[in-house]
Amino acid sequence: MGTETPTQTGAEITGGGAAAGDNAANRRARRILFGCAAITVLTTLAIFFVLLDNAASYFFGAKFTEMTRGASFEQTVTFTEFFTGQRWAPDHARPAHGILPIVFGTLAITVGAAFVAIPIGTATAIYLSEYASPGIRSKLKPMLEILAGIPTIVYGYFAIAFINPVLLSGLAAYVLNPLGNGLLQVGSALPGTMGDSLTSIATSMIGINVGRYSLLSGILVVGIMTIPMVSSISEDAMSAVPDDLRNGAYALGATKFNVSTRIVLPASISGVFASYILAVSRAIGETMAVTLAAGFNANITTNPFDEIMTMTAYMVSMARGTSAVGTVEYQSLFAVGLVLFVMTLVMNLLNDAFKRRFQEEYQ
Amino acid sequence: MSTETETGVEDGNTLFSDIDLSWEHRKNELFRWLLIAASLFGVVMLALLLFDVVTDFYTGLTEFNISLYEFFTQDGSQEETRAGFKGAVIASIMLMIMTAVLAFFVGVGSAIYLEEYAPDSRITRLIEANLANLAGVPSIVYGLLALAAVVNGIGIGPILIAGAVALGLLVMPIIIVSTQEALRAVPDSVRNGSYATGATKWQTIRRVVLPAAIPGIMTGTILALARAIGETAPLIMVGALFVNRTPSGPTDRFSAMPTQIYNWAAQPSEHFIHLAAVGIVVLLSFLFVMNGVAIYIRHRYETEV
Amino acid sequence: MPTQETETQQADDQLITTDIQHAESTRREQPDQTVLEARDLDVFYGEDQALRSVDIEIPEHKVTAIIGPSGCGKSTFLRCINRMNDMIDVCRVQGELTFRSKNVYDEDVDPVALRRKIGQVFQKPNPFPKSIRDNVTYGLEVQGKSATDDDVERALRGAALWDEVKDQLDSSGLDLSGGQQQRLCIARAIAPDPEVILMDEPTSGLDPVAASKIEDLIDELVEDYTVVIVTHNMQQAARISDKTAVFLTGGNLVEFDDTASVFEDPEDDRVEDYITGKFG
Ligand SMILES: Nc1ncnc2c1ncn2[C@@H]1O[C@H](COP(=O)(O)OP(=O)(O)OP(=O)(O)O)[C@@H](O)[C@H]1O
Ligand SMILES: [Mg+2]
Repeated sequence: MGTETPTQTGAEITGGGAAAGDNAANRRARRILFGCAAITVLTTLAIFFVLLDNAASYFFGAKFTEMTRGASFEQTVTFTEFFTGQRWAPDHARPAHGILPIVFGTLAITVGAAFVAIPIGTATAIYLSEYASPGIRSKLKPMLEILAGIPTIVYGYFAIAFINPVLLSGLAAYVLNPLGNGLLQVGSALPGTMGDSLTSIATSMIGINVGRYSLLSGILVVGIMTIPMVSSISEDAMSAVPDDLRNGAYALGATKFNVSTRIVLPASISGVFASYILAVSRAIGETMAVTLAAGFNANITTNPFDEIMTMTAYMVSMARGTSAVGTVEYQSLFAVGLVLFVMTLVMNLLNDAFKRRFQEEYQ
Repeated sequence: MSTETETGVEDGNTLFSDIDLSWEHRKNELFRWLLIAASLFGVVMLALLLFDVVTDFYTGLTEFNISLYEFFTQDGSQEETRAGFKGAVIASIMLMIMTAVLAFFVGVGSAIYLEEYAPDSRITRLIEANLANLAGVPSIVYGLLALAAVVNGIGIGPILIAGAVALGLLVMPIIIVSTQEALRAVPDSVRNGSYATGATKWQTIRRVVLPAAIPGIMTGTILALARAIGETAPLIMVGALFVNRTPSGPTDRFSAMPTQIYNWAAQPSEHFIHLAAVGIVVLLSFLFVMNGVAIYIRHRYETEV
Repeated sequence: MPTQETETQQADDQLITTDIQHAESTRREQPDQTVLEARDLDVFYGEDQALRSVDIEIPEHKVTAIIGPSGCGKSTFLRCINRMNDMIDVCRVQGELTFRSKNVYDEDVDPVALRRKIGQVFQKPNPFPKSIRDNVTYGLEVQGKSATDDDVERALRGAALWDEVKDQLDSSGLDLSGGQQQRLCIARAIAPDPEVILMDEPTSGLDPVAASKIEDLIDELVEDYTVVIVTHNMQQAARISDKTAVFLTGGNLVEFDDTASVFEDPEDDRVEDYITGKFG
């Protein structure tokens, strides 16, 4: 805002005059308010510090803060094991500290959910910004806002009470298993390697049974909950594309399809990408829905009907568990948290870069 | 060029016959239906979700004989037939009030600083960029922070204050951003009018800008609290689990509505699942009311301006 | 710059006459063939009527200028011709507007097809945020025609832009100057080879040098196309057009004739007042 205190003359209107008290109050207020704003920066620093400090005690048996006070330390978990190990079970009788399985779990959910949310969210955004009549828009948008406002625990419930036991079990029992049986007959009738490969596909389809948790359920539920993020931010970006460009294309005899895909989408692409990254970042950090949907079994699998474990689900299981504070298995919580935080941080910075680019283009 | 071949008045009906657009239009129609189908997907999922919750709620009341009266008057319990929601509801309300106290003043203060005072400097840009990043930090990380710094660090244990710290830090960026928007909506002419009467910046903010922005700030704060009341992961990290009692004060252990719902939903028993559905209906009712209040405030003051 | 305008008003009057002589001498000797014809055309935006019972016949291979005070419906009329008005929800069109004797508002007319025959250049240059080449080929591509380098060169030459951009075809269209951008938009419009080109104040955002380039260009374009141009600049209308239509506030077409007669001997007193700057 503008600067205060213009040049003044005369005793009444110079410093130390009638307004002195008010000006002091103003300076005081400014300092206090700056303190408030500084708290937000301190929060980030605190997150970093706390995660690093506690992760140190996971890797070295003592926190940095304890080391400065002279605590002895020894390497308890090597970085090689942590980053390349294939088994994750810090609280097991035979502990293993390879984070890959739960990183896999998180990435499998994230990538899968992106395949759901990005096409559907983008299509919804194009529909809202280019095709929908104002009447339909005014109905569709609030529904997407509701979808975005539903707590994640409710999505988790939806997964464990409906998607997995009803939708996916039904799919397995009434579609995939019978289909497998059918294919098996075809496969055994066919000669040679083609028959063999068909038979093996058929057997695996017959073998599908859906347990309490599944990767696919997690993908679906996280995909559904990130649709509104993609659609609303992408739509904002598309609506910011000036009508001049649309008119230019229509005047050349372009159809709405041409205008949407060849003018509007390319022109808003950095804003659209920002929405994708935000959705991905959200999926990485998503906790309750994946915990209730995908389960607690840290394994690397290609079967979408298997139970898996994400980093966040591991953290929940530790919080529910009985490990004593300060033990290696308890401190693994923070090592995983640090990895998670860094992953989302990278996403957020990327998102920021795309958002900035979009604003430069259109403001 | 083009018209060389087309001199003479053409028959109106064959005028556009050299342009075959049927495929173009079919493509466009196809695309439109594809978009409609995609848009409906979200709507259908929302309907399915609500339908599932409501039917489970209903069968919970009828087939599992969950009495709403007992649900609201009894604490949680390991025994499915005796489990109620009272402790969780009260914990959530207390948690919300404490979160509001913690986040509101600091959040609004930060926003005022950033909008009204902050010079266009490096530090300001750092604060703004940091804010954008904080808004994207997963909620579970705020739980970790509170766990390490407050629960274990200070050593106060898994009590309501610890939960409120986690939720307060979590919603702070939301409150700041919505307050900034509300302040930005106050026209500069209003500020200049105040300066012209010899008011200092702080006087102007307190007497003119804040009163004009307060409906927007309240709306944003209520929406932020609505977000906080449904947050589960930070509370689980803080250790708000497995407690069934009604908390007696801010220093008591607790389990709030969403953590209680999680606890029930994670049980294999069908009865517990249906208890979770009843709990979800209660939680969604809270959200519904809070959003309603926020929308009411917004409309009420929007029309006045 | 209103002060300058009044100062130069009288000098301009003389200029107009010489301009008209120039236009007459270069008038293309062809029998007038009507391409576009409006009969009793009314346009409404919701309750407000923007055009009232307009009758006009626009000849082929001529430049027809549309002038009139702000808000009299010039842009509205232009948008009627290629049905860009369809995109405005509250807009309603009554009466007849024919393109080669076919009413463009008939049920069976496809506005997309219509716009492939009638191109448009807008007031504000609006190149797509794509390369120069992609801007030029866009129209051809959406119309399903393959675009060759020759097409690009031909269109850019046609828009008198080729020499300035031939080495930077892959740089963004947005990197050009305002006048170049507008010529790029003209290249974009002529690349798919339409029959009519509509221009809505194409030079109003440009400096005099850039504007005169576009004027020269229009003179050449009319060899191949029919040009309908809206302008606020009466000297420009006099310089470049063969026919002039004058709309006045309320959406009435009050005068339509050869440019020379409109400027030298208008039938309607209000038109005389408008042209000599007494109002508008
Ligand atoms: N999209 C619209 N919605 C409603 N009314 C409109 C719209 N466009 C134009 N009008 C109205 O129609 C009338 C004619 O507008 P038009 O843009 O055709 O005028 P114009 O002669 O081109 O003016 P100018 O010289 O300022 O460009 C005006 O009264 C205007 O307010
Ligand atoms: Mg106009």
